[in-house]
Amino acid sequence: MLAYILRRIFQSAIVLLVVGLVAFSLFRFVGDPIDNMLGQERTQADVERLRETLGLNEPFVVQYAKFLGQAVQGNFGMSYRQGRPVAEILMERAPATLELAAVSGVLALSFGIGLGVFTAIRRDGFAANAIMTLSLIGVSLPTFLIGILLIYLFSVELGWLPSFGRGEVVDLGGWTTGFLTPSGLQALILPSITLGLYQMTLIMRLVRSEMLEVLRTDYIRFARARGLRDRAVHFRHALKNTMVPVITVTGLQLGSIIAFAIITETVFQWPGVGLLFINAIQFVDIPVMAAYLMLISVMFVGINLIVDLLYVMVDPRLRGDSARGH
Amino acid sequence: MAPVLSLRNLTVEIPTRHGVLRPVDSVSYDIVAGEILGVVGESGAGKSMAGNAVIGLLNRPARITGGEVWLNGARIDNLPPEGLRKLRGKRIGMVFQDPLTSLNPLLTVGDQIAETILEHLPVSRAEARERAIAALEEVGIPAARDRVDSYPHAFSGGMRQRVVIALALCAEPDLVIADEPTTALDVSVQAQIIVLLKRLCRERGTAVMLVTHDMGVIAEAADRVAVMYAGRLAEIGPVADVIQHPRHPYTAGLMGSTPGASQGQARLTQIPGAMPRLDAMPPGCAFHPRCPRRGPGCDIDPPPVRAPDARAACHYPLTVAEDVTA
Ligand SMILES: Nc1ncnc2c1ncn2[C@@H]1O[C@H](COP(=O)(O)OP(=O)(O)OP(=O)(O)O)[C@@H](O)[C@H]1O
Ligand SMILES: [Mg+2]
Repeated sequence: MLAYILRRIFQSAIVLLVVGLVAFSLFRFVGDPIDNMLGQERTQADVERLRETLGLNEPFVVQYAKFLGQAVQGNFGMSYRQGRPVAEILMERAPATLELAAVSGVLALSFGIGLGVFTAIRRDGFAANAIMTLSLIGVSLPTFLIGILLIYLFSVELGWLPSFGRGEVVDLGGWTTGFLTPSGLQALILPSITLGLYQMTLIMRLVRSEMLEVLRTDYIRFARARGLRDRAVHFRHALKNTMVPVITVTGLQLGSIIAFAIITETVFQWPGVGLLFINAIQFVDIPVMAAYLMLISVMFVGINLIVDLLYVMVDPRLRGDSARGH
Repeated sequence: MAPVLSLRNLTVEIPTRHGVLRPVDSVSYDIVAGEILGVVGESGAGKSMAGNAVIGLLNRPARITGGEVWLNGARIDNLPPEGLRKLRGKRIGMVFQDPLTSLNPLLTVGDQIAETILEHLPVSRAEARERAIAALEEVGIPAARDRVDSYPHAFSGGMRQRVVIALALCAEPDLVIADEPTTALDVSVQAQIIVLLKRLCRERGTAVMLVTHDMGVIAEAADRVAVMYAGRLAEIGPVADVIQHPRHPYTAGLMGSTPGASQGQARLTQIPGAMPRLDAMPPGCAFHPRCPRRGPGCDIDPPPVRAPDARAACHYPLTVAEDVTA
């Protein structure tokens, strides 16, 4: 068990090293930041001084090692564009993205599992069929289009909800939250639906097909033959057995919720790290881009690790011990 | 004494695009308290279908279209679903063929027994757990108190079938339907399981419908045996009589092709030709195309169960004079 966890952590570290290399390579191969940072009226001396300050004159390997060493300490250098530490900028932006992702994730999970179970149990019902048909729209429409449609309907036509920004936020010791103000909560609704809809339909369809599979098994038949109520058969016996694949996909999807946030944040001008990244690309602000890449990969790797541990919690067969602990 | 189970012309039909199939056709028999009725017949003869019809667990689109099922003097085939559910596990216990797939892998065996007890008996959680331990002890699980919190995968196939039997008996049912309880097991443990099932049911006076392919099992455990052919009852009677003095040519063929059946050695083997498919049933007696004794009328009227001793459904049954002298 411990060996398993250590092995997974080791693998994760390798992945992060590779991503780090990619991120760092950006510095060498994409554009020349000096062009962006200094205007037309620059002297050769200015250029040299700046190259020296930014450490751009050292050999590749040294720069990479330094970069990693700094990154591990949470230091991603200075933003070329804003002239401030990247870490500071990211910390400012992270709460917006994390809150959006969290709300989307919770929406996707709760509605995804709930509707998945419902459509599996009422397989032939009208409502279940209607939901399944609608869910096709959810998986086939691109995110930005859903965002724009929602904005058109609820902001432009009905005027119920804001179409951009986070609304009023409250600063809790460096963490800005939109959860505490009515306008902050309102502002969360459309973006989180936009961001979570795809994941929700995916989870729903997965739960449904897994449920249908499990409902055909012998142990479900046997549970019915023992006279258990439908509720116990469906939730205690069937749903739990669908959880391993659901956890896998959900884990990966939570990762992509954060990654896809780029699009949603752009559509809704949501001041999170995704929007920051898009702006960084426009300005070739490589330290910001690199830090974003690193951050996202840490998140993916972390989620994967948690998913692996969850399996072991759900399925006693993977746990290697035969009895429930007390 | 009223029989525990009484089937009266039980008929199960499956509507298909090519017409209505009748996997169980006017089957009648009784099982009294403490009696074990063996049910034999080739694969597809409708043995499982009849058992599932009794507990109300037919898979759609199969359904009971005629006849009656009586349990302890009360008709049960027309009960609403909730009424049938309450009977299952409580009045009728079920043992399935494959113990490896009958138990939910994610719940401990103790939890699965306790949930069944809690569903049917007015006891506390603690009491249900104690009873679960007692039930495991009764079916011969060593160190039951230590193993009650184990998951199914920690048990061997034979031990799991013991757990399944404990589950079937834990609410003290009047009737147990065991559908090929030993087919999936190692030869070495088959006999143990049969002996156990027989002992427990005898002690409690439980009636048993024991479906099997194994004439050895029938000879060992059953009091009476019912031979099914193409959904119909071919012959029914005390085990020794049916094995040694079959009245129906089909039974005679079965016994003829199982040397030593009376010593409880061999398994059923097939008679030349094949059982007709449900969508191509011959008129009259379903067995007549394969029957060495067929005569006028066999291809016109399906024979009822009748003379010489109300055992066989045949127009030209074997007579006492023809008995194979053992
Ligand atoms: N949905 C269905 N559509 C058509 N035929 C079906 C359907 N379900 C079952 N049958 C048929 O019903 C018949 C009875 O099946 P049943 O399972 O009762 O046989 P059995 O005697 O238990 O056989 P076995 O010894 O193989 O378990 C079989 O011929 C089977 O092919
Ligand atoms: Mg069967």
